[in-house]
Amino acid sequence: MAEQIKKVSIIISHGSLEGVYPGLIMGNGARMEGIEANLFFTFFGLEAIIQKKMNHLKVATVGNPAMHMATWIGGIPGMAAMATGMMKKKIEALDIPPVGEFIEMVHDAGAKLYACKASVDMFGLTMADFCPQVESIINVGKFYEIAAGGQIIFT
Amino acid sequence: MATKTLAGRTVEVDEEGFLVSPADWTETMAPDLAKEEGVELTDMHWKVIRFMREDFSSKGQIPTIRRITHAGGVTTKELYSLFPGGPAKKAARIAGLGKPQGCV
Repeated sequence: MAEQIKKVSIIISHGSLEGVYPGLIMGNGARMEGIEANLFFTFFGLEAIIQKKMNHLKVATVGNPAMHMATWIGGIPGMAAMATGMMKKKIEALDIPPVGEFIEMVHDAGAKLYACKASVDMFGLTMADFCPQVESIINVGKFYEIAAGGQIIFT
Repeated sequence: MATKTLAGRTVEVDEEGFLVSPADWTETMAPDLAKEEGVELTDMHWKVIRFMREDFSSKGQIPTIRRITHAGGVTTKELYSLFPGGPAKKAARIAGLGKPQGCV
């Protein structure tokens, strides 16, 4: 059997519901296997750790070819909310937690969460905007330091 | 498929040591299984194991960590300190349940 992965650092760069879940599932899955995990939120990924926004992420219904929905239909007011509602129901039925609860769970499981300094500066945010599970705001150099010796996954 | 002797009984286990048939398990087997996982059983451990067995028999599926924390009265932090390195798999194996198949 191949050598087990010891540490994984996952970057979450998108703020849609479908953009955030893969990173959370991989981070939580890593902890379930005893793998050290870091989660690094950058750009629109920051929405997943902003207290006010984390439970209001939406599914993209425009510019998302895999939705198989005509652009003009996807753009109808309320369409994103409806698609999001449907997706959230399916997620819950699989016993996968909503984003806020998932962030708590993955943190309590031992993963470390970080916010990207460049994005934080760009959006004019501070630690006060983030959920309590965020460890600190770090720059890319510090991220590489934290990730050293492990695998890096970009989502 | 291999067999293993636990608490004086011979049971079938898979390649990873999970009991093939949850019905084969008895509580007396738990301490040996726990030792293999490097875990020493305390009351808290038993609370989790008993909850998982009960939930499995009523729901028909192995409870996820989320379910154990919501319905079992144990926090995520506690679970990870009781079963370091992966509570879902370790607790399931000690409780004589199969390997959890989900992603969460």
